Amino acid sequence: MSDLDDLDRKLLTALAHDARQSAGALARRFGVSQPAAWRRIKRLQEAGILAGRRLMLDADKLGYGVTVFLGIKLATKGRVSLDDFERAVSAIPEVQTVEHVLGLYDYRLRVVARDLPDFERILRRRIMTLPGAGEVEANVLLSEERRPGPLG
Amino acid sequence: MLKDEDRRILRYLQSDPTLSHAELAERTRLSPQSITRRIARLEEVGILKGVCARIDWQKLGYSVEVSLRFTLDKTQPRAFDEFLDAARSVPEVLEMQTFLGRVDVRLSVIARDMAHYQEVYRDRILTLPHIAEIEALMHVARIKSEEALPI
Repeated sequence: MSDLDDLDRKLLTALAHDARQSAGALARRFGVSQPAAWRRIKRLQEAGILAGRRLMLDADKLGYGVTVFLGIKLATKGRVSLDDFERAVSAIPEVQTVEHVLGLYDYRLRVVARDLPDFERILRRRIMTLPGAGEVEANVLLSEERRPGPLG
Repeated sequence: MLKDEDRRILRYLQSDPTLSHAELAERTRLSPQSITRRIARLEEVGILKGVCARIDWQKLGYSVEVSLRFTLDKTQPRAFDEFLDAARSVPEVLEMQTFLGRVDVRLSVIARDMAHYQEVYRDRILTLPHIAEIEALMHVARIKSEEALPI
């Protein structure tokens, strides 16, 4: 169901911003009945378009002052299975996201650390020792902005 | 500053943000009053910033996702600001990050198909100001995506 109407788009935008708003509050805001808003939200969930929720935490205030994006190239393609690499890298708690990509690198990782020495420890002991890991490029995150996407 | 009880609450909430205060109380073995008080305080100090819904763009027909990595012309003093301002007006941009490293800025861009991607890339991305170099990483699969913190 990629044929969204105006109400679907408004609901998606509102929930992407704050998923804790009730169907009642959203219905009042967009001038529809509560059951109508509820049915739409349910339909978006059933279609998998609303795909769960994410808790937004302040990493800095929880002691994770450094976020690094890593590009990793596999050194020994063919010899080490991608499954082994993916399983091992996903098991590292500081690794927040793992994405398989095509291009200059094979994998894109988002890693959190307490500070730069902590990051160096994770990089040396956990990342460089992964089965098949080859060239690694690190870029330290300075700022980040999430955009609403093509809904409006 | 953060007590063990707070960490437990955040751990449970992080794995399932839909948990009610009553369910949290049961799992953490704290009283419902204590859950309410602690969550209010975590919000007040800005640790807990809210809950957002994830949108599955593939299900909405956006089958192409590309990570574009830019180096900017740093001889232009306002290169970052002007680049980011212009990128904000491109609806297909989902994320913007700036870095210290070989890459200056990263944009996460989605498109309906390769023809649409080519159109966005040529008309909206290549026309962004102060680009020195661009590299593209094409998304294949998401292996881990919860973006959880190891609390």
